Amino acid sequence: MASTETGTAAGAAAADEPVAAASPATAEPGGPGGPADLAGLEAGLDALDTTVTDRQPWLRRLGAKAVPPVVAVALVLGLWQLAYHFELKDHYLLPSPVDVARSLQDKWLEGTLLDYVWTSVSRGALGFLASVVIGTPLGLIVARVKPVRAAIGPILSGLQSLPSVAWVPAAIIWFGLSDATIYAVVLLGAVPSIANGLVAGVDQISPLYLRAGRTIGARGLTGVRHVLLPAALPGYLAGLKQGWAFSWRSLMAAELIVNAADLGTGLGQLLEQGRELQDMSWVLSAILLILVVGIGIELLIFAPIERRVLRSRGLLVKS
Amino acid sequence: MTTTTLSQPGSRPSATADADGTNASHAARIDHVSKSFGRPGAQQHVLDDISIDVAPGEFVCLLGASGCGKSTLLNLVAGLDSPSAGSIETPGGRPALMFQEHALFPWLTAGRNIELALRLRGVPRAERRAEAERLLELVRLKGAYGKRVHELSGGMRQRVAMARALAQDSRLLLMDEPFAALDAITRDVLHDELTRIWQESNDGTAGSGGLSVLFVTHNVREAVRLAERVVLLSSRPGRIAREWTVDIPQPRRIEDAAVADLSVEITEQLRGEIRRHGQH
Repeated sequence: MASTETGTAAGAAAADEPVAAASPATAEPGGPGGPADLAGLEAGLDALDTTVTDRQPWLRRLGAKAVPPVVAVALVLGLWQLAYHFELKDHYLLPSPVDVARSLQDKWLEGTLLDYVWTSVSRGALGFLASVVIGTPLGLIVARVKPVRAAIGPILSGLQSLPSVAWVPAAIIWFGLSDATIYAVVLLGAVPSIANGLVAGVDQISPLYLRAGRTIGARGLTGVRHVLLPAALPGYLAGLKQGWAFSWRSLMAAELIVNAADLGTGLGQLLEQGRELQDMSWVLSAILLILVVGIGIELLIFAPIERRVLRSRGLLVKS
Repeated sequence: MTTTTLSQPGSRPSATADADGTNASHAARIDHVSKSFGRPGAQQHVLDDISIDVAPGEFVCLLGASGCGKSTLLNLVAGLDSPSAGSIETPGGRPALMFQEHALFPWLTAGRNIELALRLRGVPRAERRAEAERLLELVRLKGAYGKRVHELSGGMRQRVAMARALAQDSRLLLMDEPFAALDAITRDVLHDELTRIWQESNDGTAGSGGLSVLFVTHNVREAVRLAERVVLLSSRPGRIAREWTVDIPQPRRIEDAAVADLSVEITEQLRGEIRRHGQH
């Protein structure tokens, strides 16, 4: 430490100065080194060290965030329109953006569009919630119990790379063309990614927090509740977000294949009907809807929660 | 009496007749403690036959170069690990521990961090808020209750960490180089704060029966600035090399001539200890 080295010479020079002479003066309240002086010094240090975060008005923040993607979408639509205009493919193979919009408008006017969306979203949400209920304890056990981790940890992360559409034939054999098939595929897709997210979240916890928790008496289940789970929250949220993406993907795969009259019509089924009719505008509008719903739920639900958690912990890097 | 011996590693029963420690003759008794790591045959001896008694209300600094096992010893006293031989008694119950890193939980506000320690100690919900405010005021952070950890400066974080450690209401505060990562001015201020809090806890007005501190550092000046007694450990394995009683009256300043004088003497001895390791 530098202060030790530099201080030595000064100390040695003043060595024969009596000790008692230096100390009583500093003990005086309010004098240099006294309590009042210390409080003032400390207040000054605190004020100097406190960073001021200035947040821009929300309208400007929204503008800065929304303009680039809007430009990008406009660009894609422009290119699409050009391709249509120069007839890169026949019009029945490549309809224009306007055709697709009209197809969507027709469905809207029929009054069925929201039903399709709702059927799929409710299935996705239900499947996702069931996956959370199963995946969370599973992830916690895998993360904390060593033999369990050794046994099923690799399988769990391996399952993530298995496309869940591969489960559809098996699920149809088990459950027939039913809702159970759809939910089975969604669960098999989402549970591993939610559990893995929690495992990763627990693994990333700084050992310091666990040690600090133990010294203030957070052991066993109390430790899980007050230290382990909150500390793992950022990783867990990332897992949930990915879990939703997997739920939605699996659901669409299942709906495309599991197509029966007595099942409600979801977006996947809508897409398949469009293919049967060889109606490209219909197909493209269904794809668009699937995309918009998937992105919309992530942007409206997961992104704000994640941002809030990260910001409250000072983990959000300001650009 | 809380005792850790070989026969009961890690277990720390706290509720016994004299658990409040008022009539105990020591706040911590480290009795012929040795600690080795690694498997038999290829063992690394980290601590060798360490005996230190910390009296109630006493401020002891453990001083040593790298590899002297100071942090290991503190972990043993904190009950986070158990000794290979010997025993450690902390009659006042589980000691509080402060690290070099603040180790505050970033998902809680400063006030809530303290309240969590209070809650785990069994303080009823209704009293926690007021007690947390009182502890924040004690470390002069009156307005910081609702602040997030990342909104505080390094020195403020260590003061909240100190408040959280004090929230455990332990008679013994263990400090593992708590100010090593701070800049010199902030460290200086925190030395003053720690001395003030320690003195206030022991002048009888606080009414909690005194606070002993076992403070680990590699900074000689810091040790002399703070402690009533400085214990120098040798390295690999850690043994007690020498002890000094510091009878310079508090409040001291790190630039005081008397502090400097003793620091020179201790530094010489410490350098001698370090030099021995280069000779073979």
